[in-house]
Amino acid sequence: MGIGGSDMYRQQILDHYKNPRNYGEIEDPTFTHIGENPMCGDEIRMDVVLDESEETIERVAFQGDGCAISQASASMLSQELAGMAVEDLQAMDRDDITDMLGVDISPMRVKCAVLAEKVAQDGAEIYFGEKDIDRTTTEDDD
Amino acid sequence: MGHSESELLDVERIREDFPILQREFDGEQVVYLDNAATTQTPEPVVETIADYYRTTNANVHRGLHQLSQEASVAYENAHDRVAEFIGASGEREEIIFTKNTTESENLVAYAWGLNELGPEDEVVLTEMEHHASLVTWQQIAKKTGATCRYIRVDEDGTLDMDHAREIITDDTAMVSVVHVSNTLGTVNPVSELADIAHDHDSYIFVDGAQSVPNRPVDVEEIDADFLAFSGHKMAGPTGIGVLYGKKHLLEEMEPYLYGGEMIKKVTFEDATWNDLPWKFEAGTPVICQGIALAEACDYLDDIGMERIQRHEEQLAQYALEQLQDEGDVDIYGPAAGTERGGLVAFNLESVHAHDLSSILNDSAVAIRAGDHCTQPLHDKMGVPASARASFYIYNTKEEVDKLVDAIDDARQLFA
Repeated sequence: MGIGGSDMYRQQILDHYKNPRNYGEIEDPTFTHIGENPMCGDEIRMDVVLDESEETIERVAFQGDGCAISQASASMLSQELAGMAVEDLQAMDRDDITDMLGVDISPMRVKCAVLAEKVAQDGAEIYFGEKDIDRTTTEDDD
Repeated sequence: MGHSESELLDVERIREDFPILQREFDGEQVVYLDNAATTQTPEPVVETIADYYRTTNANVHRGLHQLSQEASVAYENAHDRVAEFIGASGEREEIIFTKNTTESENLVAYAWGLNELGPEDEVVLTEMEHHASLVTWQQIAKKTGATCRYIRVDEDGTLDMDHAREIITDDTAMVSVVHVSNTLGTVNPVSELADIAHDHDSYIFVDGAQSVPNRPVDVEEIDADFLAFSGHKMAGPTGIGVLYGKKHLLEEMEPYLYGGEMIKKVTFEDATWNDLPWKFEAGTPVICQGIALAEACDYLDDIGMERIQRHEEQLAQYALEQLQDEGDVDIYGPAAGTERGGLVAFNLESVHAHDLSSILNDSAVAIRAGDHCTQPLHDKMGVPASARASFYIYNTKEEVDKLVDAIDDARQLFA
């Protein structure tokens, strides 16, 4: 449909929204980070465990609240990230998220879709001392 | 036409003036229910805009040639027409054309507030203020040391008038209130608030963005010192707003923007200001938009503002009843049966407002989802966002039914 209605809500997204994977907390994460879309009220917290080399992501858990796009995206990303090189996480962009979701996201909803990705990326950057922020917000990004 | 018929709008006839309503998205005819954000523009107004550029376009007040004279007269007369529309007997001298309601708010906040407010002064707003007023006065208060206070909104979506009487005191310098809430639909007792404000020698600024488009508004009946509204929410174009101000207040106020058009005499040392309202319209003004807004006033008056008010009220009440029956819809603002503006904000319990709006778009139903520029009010309501359907002269009960059906589709999808 292109303009972003229920096409955006294919079975996979609804399934992840209703039954989020890796939902919850990890007791001793390597790092934790929180982000939000202030306008939408979407909020995501991600706990990430890195392997000993700190080059690969072992495990991710998330908690959050918000629209189906933001929460399903976080759920799918949490699966995607397990086993991924930190380097590859940092290289992810909007297109990767759209591919992961498997649907066209209308321009107004892109912020919701990429929130989880930005939270994971910022969390890693903060952990490695490359960035200094408290919370991620998707408002000031593109 | 019988009496009862004369009270209803000939919506079918009105819809002919809005070709945009015939647009289809994937075979579905658009159901436009985002009128509190912006209304559609009827053919006579579109024609006025096109005609102006085809036949009259010139800069105003600075050419002695025929086109400039014609443009100047049309532009000046537009002020009188708008003055008449809201009952301002001071005519053009009380009507300043701005960019939008927000700029009108800023004009008074800067031209009056920045000069007049001090640490001992209070500005009284409401918890249901639009950011246009809330953020503006908040910032002016920070600059001047003044304090902002907020009249409480009760559970039923109305203002707590006891609280209003408590916090509007001799320390109050300005009361800035929204006439019809763009989120709750509440119609505030602005006339009563004006009396309270004046009893304490305070001024009152009325945000008429959601009232002037759809009900008779008489600034002198309200006894508003200032009133602001936007052209694009009342069948006019974007790019024009109006500030009404009592003549003696506007005369006392210093200009807000400096430059051409707003001056009388300029030397290398100083300048004197032009007469009202031009003193506040620096630079080349919104000529075409002003003329088109006057045409929109004609268009609405031909239909009749009282009939428009009844039409909107009926649609809002009908929508309220339909949505209330659903059981899983949280509705904000006054309950069915209470006076309301033509809008209904709500949340479907199982579906985020943004998801709902996206799914409704599939049925070509256009609503707004978000915080509607009332974030503090949404904080109070305990939700980050809400969905809002808002109506205008061309909407029908059938369209409300389509909205309700589309909401049901969303419910099924998320079940």
